[in-house]
Amino acid sequence: MIALNINGQSHNVDVAADMPLLWVLRDVLALTGTKFGCGIAQCGACTVHLDGSPIRSCVLPVGSIGERRITTIEGVGSTAVGSRVQRAWLDSEVVQCGYCQSGQIMSAVALLTTTANPDDADINAAMAGNICRCGTYVRIRTAIKQAAKGS
Amino acid sequence: MSQASSRSINGVRNPRRAFLQASVAAGAALLLGFRLPLAAATSPKGGDPFAPNAFIRIDRHGGVTLIMPQVEMGQGVYTAVAMILAEELDVEWGQVRLEAAPPNDKLYGNPTFGIQVTGNSNSIRAFWTPLRKAGASARAILIEAAARRWKVDSGTCRAENSEVIHTASGRKLAYAALIDDAANIPPPKEPLLKSPADFKTIGKPLKRLDTPDKVNGKVIYGIDVMPPGLKFATLAACPVFGGKVGHVNDTKAKQVPGVHRVLALEDFVTVVGDHMWAAKQGLAALDVSWDEGPNAKVNSATVWKELREASEKPGVVAKAAGDAAKALREGKSLDAAYEMPFLAHATMEPMNCTVHVRADACEVWVGIQVLTRAQAIAAKVTGLPLEKVTVHNFLIGGGFGRRLEVDMVEKAVRIAKQVDGPVKVVWTREEDIQHDIYRPVYRDLLSASLANGRISGWTHRITGSSIMARWLPPAFQKGIDIDAIDSAADMPYDIPNLRVEYTRVEPPAVPTGFWRGVGPNNNVFAIESFIDELANKAGKDPVTFRRDMLGKNPRLRAAVDLAASKAGWGSALPVGHGRGIAAQVAFGSFIATVIEVEVDDQGEVSLKRIVSAVDTGIVVNPDTVVAQLQGGLIFGLTAALYGEITIDKGRVQQSNFHNYRMLRIDQVPNIEVHLIKSGEAPGGIGETGTTAGPPALGNAIYAATGVRLRRLPIDRIALAVGKSA
Repeated sequence: MIALNINGQSHNVDVAADMPLLWVLRDVLALTGTKFGCGIAQCGACTVHLDGSPIRSCVLPVGSIGERRITTIEGVGSTAVGSRVQRAWLDSEVVQCGYCQSGQIMSAVALLTTTANPDDADINAAMAGNICRCGTYVRIRTAIKQAAKGS
Repeated sequence: MSQASSRSINGVRNPRRAFLQASVAAGAALLLGFRLPLAAATSPKGGDPFAPNAFIRIDRHGGVTLIMPQVEMGQGVYTAVAMILAEELDVEWGQVRLEAAPPNDKLYGNPTFGIQVTGNSNSIRAFWTPLRKAGASARAILIEAAARRWKVDSGTCRAENSEVIHTASGRKLAYAALIDDAANIPPPKEPLLKSPADFKTIGKPLKRLDTPDKVNGKVIYGIDVMPPGLKFATLAACPVFGGKVGHVNDTKAKQVPGVHRVLALEDFVTVVGDHMWAAKQGLAALDVSWDEGPNAKVNSATVWKELREASEKPGVVAKAAGDAAKALREGKSLDAAYEMPFLAHATMEPMNCTVHVRADACEVWVGIQVLTRAQAIAAKVTGLPLEKVTVHNFLIGGGFGRRLEVDMVEKAVRIAKQVDGPVKVVWTREEDIQHDIYRPVYRDLLSASLANGRISGWTHRITGSSIMARWLPPAFQKGIDIDAIDSAADMPYDIPNLRVEYTRVEPPAVPTGFWRGVGPNNNVFAIESFIDELANKAGKDPVTFRRDMLGKNPRLRAAVDLAASKAGWGSALPVGHGRGIAAQVAFGSFIATVIEVEVDDQGEVSLKRIVSAVDTGIVVNPDTVVAQLQGGLIFGLTAALYGEITIDKGRVQQSNFHNYRMLRIDQVPNIEVHLIKSGEAPGGIGETGTTAGPPALGNAIYAATGVRLRRLPIDRIALAVGKSA
């Protein structure tokens, strides 16, 4: 059994240590807000936080996490920055199909947690790992700046 | 309620919770799935709701349910369709809840296609009048019901915010109080539609109804369904198109913890396990040899050789005016060939489908643009009658035409037939890209002559796959594919002598299908690039050259003027920068786009600024139109900058986002979209940005470098060495 702390709750999962966190979240714990996009850390759809830092859960072996706290899109709204980002996403009407947006929001929250007032270069650096096929990038940039202002 | 169920979303009811509740209620077999029985959902105390037509239900508590005939894949159609219905029905926007239509071509078929399909940027165009009539008819019935109650003439009453008001006395009756009376009143033969001047909802930038659950992880896409007892599968088709499974040794695969089954099903192998990881690991451990079949020698060179040869022969004439051949002989002429590559769709939600096959029924969970086709293929594969196949449709994590196909449903049902209980089949990204149904390769041969600074003669021969011939055969008649010539046969410039031809050539091995922008994504690129070449040959400014030939097309000319003005057309740019314009009439919208680029010494292209001017007729939700243009432009520019699927030994060579690249946020500048006010009928919008981007980009690159690129994606080597491609 592997013990995990996800969104403040303890979970014990009976899976192989090399199983990526993504599949533990989605298929074992039914936390399906975290998305499968590529499986090789190229698209960012699976982004979650480990102790607040963004990581690609599709390539993170669950056995390597230890006691670090996992935050997913289902839990990020309970943080001040998380709820501000979610609100900014809706205010700026960022979302189209929405499939990548869990990952986009997780990356944006991590950025704003460490950089309260990011400039365009900060946004580029933090968000370039997250692909959006609907092309919502212009509004993601707007929403991040709006969320920063709301702090 | 039909056998096939629907699912509701709104701001109050949480789809995940609803799903879980339904799951619990139905027990392990999940017979009900997402079906939220109407009585429980909207009419808790019993009694029929007022249901004047297939799109509207009003319950006795005033709840208004609008049935969505079209699927939501990010284009905002749920909100726009609801706005049209709410406008004519005069209901309070906050009271509206949505429910996805069940599979039923007769009730919910797209008026353009005759079947339930969401595509071709036509949801608003096709449903604009039918939905307005549906809303207006229901409103007229409710007004009549109130008038009878008050014993006044219905002409003295009006509707507002889910109430009927007797104007003179100020008396009011809520719709909810009228539904029993309304049930006995026949609908008017020709319901009176509102004048656009009286629109209260249409034209406002309302917040989308589908997005709140998309920012908190609660939204359920097809890939997220978790019926009890679910198993997980992933698959690998023969890497060579058309090949079959040869020998399979599953010893190692079956040793992977969590693997339950290994199946070889003629053209693909699949591993079923406790979760996707077990299935993936099992598939990786599977020792398979393939019977590659006749396509194992197909490569991109053979595809292009066949296409180019075919394109040199005359095609079927799709449009002819004047004498194009004579005009070409007499004028100063120019010839060019434009070429477009195969493209994958790469929707962010990879292909997937969940199926539960039982002896007497089949249940399917999927996000699909063609609901009834999903039901039909499941019935065909299982041998069950249609009414025994339940399809739950979901919000879609990217369509772009890929989910106009049902191959992922067909494969999942074949797997589910071998599995006890429900099985979720998820394609890896590699499988998704290597077994897509691809945007075809095209070759466009263009010739034109100039006289007095204008085009006097024009011929355009389009050569490529006919998707319609396979997908909707009646749309392929006498050798003409109406999609393949779209925006070419009806090109917007005033040219006296014109001939447009089409030649159908199916590429060897590679399956072809619709891609965002469909026919126009090829034609607008070829035409607008060539128009730029002709402007240069005529020695005229590209904007002036276009304007001068748009005298009969004032809507497009106004868009050209606005885009040029907003983009500062003609103002000085730094060295290495260039501006390009493209104008188009596509999907019933009139759009001009100016792109500014910088090209560096290595041939790398940076997008600096993008400006679009759009006349799409009456706008339902302006913010959605802007969003679709922004996103569509990025989609088209991604393809122009990077998109190409190549074939070697019958196999697709690209596999994931590292070698099938996408534009990312750091490469995308601000995108300004300017809407032009119009009282014309609404145009389509979802694909217009995609067709607009590539030619404006190519023309900007030419302006920056003097290099004309006639193939996509762009050739950076040609730009670096400064030679014409």
